[in-house]
This record gives sequence, structure tokens and C-alpha cells, in this order.
Amino acid sequence: MKFGVVRFPGANCEQDAVHALRHLGFEADYIWHQDSSLKGYNAVVLPGGFSYGDYLRCGAIARFSPVMSAIAKESGAGLPVIGICNGFQVLTEAHLLPGALIKNKETKFICRSVKLRVEESVCQWIDYPAGTEVDIPIAHGEGNYVCDDKTLAELKANKQIVVRYAEGAPNGSLDDIAGICNKAGNVFGLMPHPERVTDKVSGSDQGAAFFLGIAKLLESRK
Amino acid sequence: MKRFAVYVTSKEGIFDPAGENSRKALKSLGFSGVTDLAIGKYIELEVEDSNTEEEVAKMCEKLLANPVIEDYKIKEL
Repeated sequence: MKFGVVRFPGANCEQDAVHALRHLGFEADYIWHQDSSLKGYNAVVLPGGFSYGDYLRCGAIARFSPVMSAIAKESGAGLPVIGICNGFQVLTEAHLLPGALIKNKETKFICRSVKLRVEESVCQWIDYPAGTEVDIPIAHGEGNYVCDDKTLAELKANKQIVVRYAEGAPNGSLDDIAGICNKAGNVFGLMPHPERVTDKVSGSDQGAAFFLGIAKLLESRK
Repeated sequence: MKRFAVYVTSKEGIFDPAGENSRKALKSLGFSGVTDLAIGKYIELEVEDSNTEEEVAKMCEKLLANPVIEDYKIKEL
């Protein structure tokens, strides 16, 4: 089981992601944003950070990098992809996930642990039963999820809402949404950082299960 | 050469946190009569004469604006 972690110029959480995945017992390596092949990788991580300096809009320029064309194509064929924080913004800009992430309601960067509730969803990544509450850190200035009414109704009907802020959205997100997935469940984007809490040394390992679900699924298909 | 101005603003119904917080800041400074304040982006492009307004609209759809949350207006200068 090998994860590829995409390195965009301006990414700053790719080392955390690689470290977390290796700590969990998986192979993990970096994929350069100019690469257009995902050969050899079973799943892809779009890490947090400020790709291309967040110029224009968060994720707006990163989505046109060669690796994103490959990700768009392969994810359509079932390749598991997780976008964390800036990675979630890139996935919405690339229209691989619906909606968009705008400035936090209070226009402040928020960096603290929040309580998330795992919802009943089609997401392949998460290995927690619905209703589980976990503490996961957030660190973003633009994590305020928005979409139109029709999209929200579809997200609910298709069970695409994966995690919600259990104590209200600190950033103003619509319907307290913290993370969503595509209809098939293989593409998952969330603002919180589960990779930061995968080892008790860092205070908690409650984020590990955000990666273990997909590993179990891929293992079972062998 | 031609010059175009592009104004990018939040779509109606999409909350504009920077605008709303600036409005509140004005209020706390005593400017209580401001009922709405929208913050957007102003982009100026210089293009070769062969580029039409339709071409600039394509640039907006593809990159300069996010049609999910933003509207844009184009004006030739």
C-alpha cells in the first residue's frame, strides 16, 4: 500500500503527511506537482499549505498543475484521493468536489483543536462508525464551506457529508460542514488536519482512522 | 494593445466576510450609515488587439473568477 503526497510550491504539510503515513505502517513518498504520472501509487494525498502562495484564490493555480490533470483522470477511475486543508481547496477549485471555501466568517486565521462528528457517508477513507466524535486540529483562514441549496440537498441525499463541526462551525461553514466526498466516496476533502494527530507523541492518534479506512478497503480488494 | 478591466465580486447570496467585517469596523468608527459593503478584486489586463471581450470572459470562467462563488464584469478601457 503506497501513498503519494503531492508537493506543490508553497505546500507546508507534506512532510507531516508522509511522516504520519509511514508511522502508520504504509509506504509514502512525494509526488512533484509537475509529474503527470501516478504510477505505483495506490492513493494520493493533497496536503495543507499555501500552494502558489494562495494567489488569486486558494488552490486556483495549483489545480492547473500537470499532477492535477492526472488526479482528475485517475480519481474518475476510482483512485482514492484525500485533500487536507489547502488540498480540499484545490479539490473544489478543480471541481472534483462541489462548492467552495471562502474566508472564515470572522476573517481570522483559526488554529486550534475542534470536535468533529463523523457522519454516515459513502466516504471510503474513514474508519470510524457514524456518530463518533473526535478532536482534530484546524489551521486555516479560508475554510468557510459554501455551496448552493441544490448542491447541499444533493450532498445530503447522496451521503457525501463526511464530517461536521460537532460544536458549531468556528469558520462559518454552511451546515457545519468540515469535510465532504464525491458521489463514489473515493475523493475526500476536509479542512481539519488528521495527519497531525496520528501518533500519541503529538498528543493524540485520533486522526489515524482517517487514513485506515482506505487502507483496509484496498487490502480487502487484493 | 487593448486594456480590459475585470471586476470580480461575490455572487449574490454568498456571504462576503471581508466586506461585512469592514462594514462593522466603519460602524465602530462612527460611520453608522453604511448598510452594505462588498469587497472584490479589480484586475487590469493588457492584451493584443486580436483578443476580444469574449476571450477575456473565457479567462474569467477558467481562472480569474470562480463561477461557483463569484460574478465578474468586464469593461474595455
